[in-house]
Amino acid sequence: MNKLIAAFFCLTAMPSFAIEVYAFETPEQEALYQQLAKDLRCLVCQNQNLADSEAGLAKDLKDQVAEFVMAGQDAQTIKQYMVERYGDFVTYEPPVNASTAFLWFSPLIVFLIGALVLYFSIRKNRHE
Amino acid sequence: MKKVLIALIPLAIFFSLITLLYINMGKHSEVLPSPLIGKPIPGFEHQTLHTRQTMTQNDFLGKPWLLNVFGSWCPSCQYEHHLVRALADSGKIKVVGLNWKDETNDAKNWLKRWGDPYHEILVDYEGDTAINLGVYGAPETFLIDAQGIIRYKIAGVLTTEIIRNDLMPLIEELSL
Repeated sequence: MNKLIAAFFCLTAMPSFAIEVYAFETPEQEALYQQLAKDLRCLVCQNQNLADSEAGLAKDLKDQVAEFVMAGQDAQTIKQYMVERYGDFVTYEPPVNASTAFLWFSPLIVFLIGALVLYFSIRKNRHE
Repeated sequence: MKKVLIALIPLAIFFSLITLLYINMGKHSEVLPSPLIGKPIPGFEHQTLHTRQTMTQNDFLGKPWLLNVFGSWCPSCQYEHHLVRALADSGKIKVVGLNWKDETNDAKNWLKRWGDPYHEILVDYEGDTAINLGVYGAPETFLIDAQGIIRYKIAGVLTTEIIRNDLMPLIEELSL
């Protein structure tokens, strides 16, 4: 029975260690903070977001984000603050510009090529 | 014949992709371009480590200077320390340390042990200025001109190659 209970707790254990203790005034602020911590990249361990990172700098940046959220800043302003300091890399959305055009539009090109291939092969089959 | 060629297209694409990925494999870098190059250094107000004077960015106007972000907790800082010393000893540039998130005693002991080449050391205990400078790891080194504009940034350890090829030419250009 004890083993069964232990197994139950193991299975239901949630990674709840990511909870931080910031005293937000409203649930909306809390939600905004959580969203931003997910959307911003940790610069130290570059494939983690701020929420998941335990790095010292990530903690400082989370403190900073929480402070801004409590001061009533919106998501756009806070992201802008981070981009001004750390560059576009800090968000997970690369901006559309000349150097990222290929990144953004290559799926469309591949899709168009596929559509053309499909169109011509259907037309060919009809003629036959 | 035509059919054979068409059938070979996917294979050709596959191999060109492999080649492309292989070539770029060694080029991967965690070094990020700083958006602050060409912009004025963010305002700060810090105490100096030894004399506890308050200094701001305006105290450094008039001559180009280097800002070297370091901490006693940072092994790579110790690794590059002799190069920081060489730069400071060269007399060509003022070298200022930014002691990042460090305890005063730890910093002082570290400097006692490895030598203190800095002309001035600013204490950024909370890490605010580091965030404003977009610092994401120590060591980092900024080259700031006489007007307080950030001209160059090295994220990571200094090397003799970086100093010889990038930093020194820029310093000489700024000192003219």
